[in-house]
Amino acid sequence: MPLLFIALSLAVLVIFQIAGDFLVRALGLPVPGSLVGLVGLTLALLVLGRVPAALGKVSGGLLRNMMLMLAPAVVGLIDNFGRVRDEWLPFLLAGVAGAVITLAVTAVILQHLLRKSGAVSTDTAVEGKA
Amino acid sequence: MSGLYTMIPNPPQPFPDWTGFALSAVLWIAVTFAAYLIAQRLYRRFGGNPVLVPVATTALMVMLVLWLSGTPYVNYAAATKPLNWWVGPSTVAIAIPLFTQLDRLKRIWKPLVIALLVGSIVAILSAIGIAWALGGSWQTLASLMPKSATMPIAIPMAERFGGLPALAAVAVVITGVVGTVISHPLLSLLKVTDPAARGFAIGLTAHAIGMARELQVNPVSGSFAALAMGLNGILTALLIPILMLALQ
Repeated sequence: MPLLFIALSLAVLVIFQIAGDFLVRALGLPVPGSLVGLVGLTLALLVLGRVPAALGKVSGGLLRNMMLMLAPAVVGLIDNFGRVRDEWLPFLLAGVAGAVITLAVTAVILQHLLRKSGAVSTDTAVEGKA
Repeated sequence: MSGLYTMIPNPPQPFPDWTGFALSAVLWIAVTFAAYLIAQRLYRRFGGNPVLVPVATTALMVMLVLWLSGTPYVNYAAATKPLNWWVGPSTVAIAIPLFTQLDRLKRIWKPLVIALLVGSIVAILSAIGIAWALGGSWQTLASLMPKSATMPIAIPMAERFGGLPALAAVAVVITGVVGTVISHPLLSLLKVTDPAARGFAIGLTAHAIGMARELQVNPVSGSFAALAMGLNGILTALLIPILMLALQ
């Protein structure tokens, strides 16, 4: 894939990000700018009717490596061990058990509703694959 | 600067500030990259064992380097800002898997809306309910409330209602990592096999961290995780003020 198309695809993503940030600030919306940019790009793709090949490849590459970009924020835990220490038990249990309950309730309800409406996709089931 | 550096009486300062900054940016981004490559290799070597989810192992390795070199986190955070900044455009890129799932979304929007509402309310109430039952302070409760929302939404929400931004960030990270690690075994145990239902539940619970993993695993569950993360972020920002009014 020519370098130019890669650069153009990155530019498209950056432009939607900046436009999203601008709208959020101008309208005082309670959501991050990238979320507005996401909606904007989805609408633009709807108008276009297809995903340009280069944009698809570049986006796939970014999304598969998002954990790399998130890592610096997670490293921030290093400064907060002390604050968590004071109330570590309620904090940790609420975090862990809250995640388990939320995950279980949401998944079971959604699968039940999808089965009822006959919309379950069996072709791409990913049981237990990590 | 702390550690070894402070032991030198008059530390040499051969670079003007901006050069020093550029060098440290290159250094710390390179360290993060290297840690990430090792984390990816470890993850694959152990057959994708969820305990080794790369974002956690990468962060642990970087923490170790920071600790050993006596580098304060603020310096590391400033240096890696260019790397962290790409979270924004990458979030915009979720539009592509979302677009490819639009036909499916139109068919199943009703179940999705119901699951979203229930999941979002359960996420908020389960966290504050458990912390309250165990005697957590209001500051802890408020910091935990938005923990299933993505970080840029969760932090200002917690702050607005009396939580600490740093605590909220910790709660978000714990939820993301724990949710991601337990998701596949738990969902298999509950016999949830549909990739849409799995992805949606993971994105709603474990926001960007869960989504990043799902996008590596399966494009369908990845795009539903992205959808759930976005919708739950917005809904959390709307639900918490309503809940606060109801509590008063």
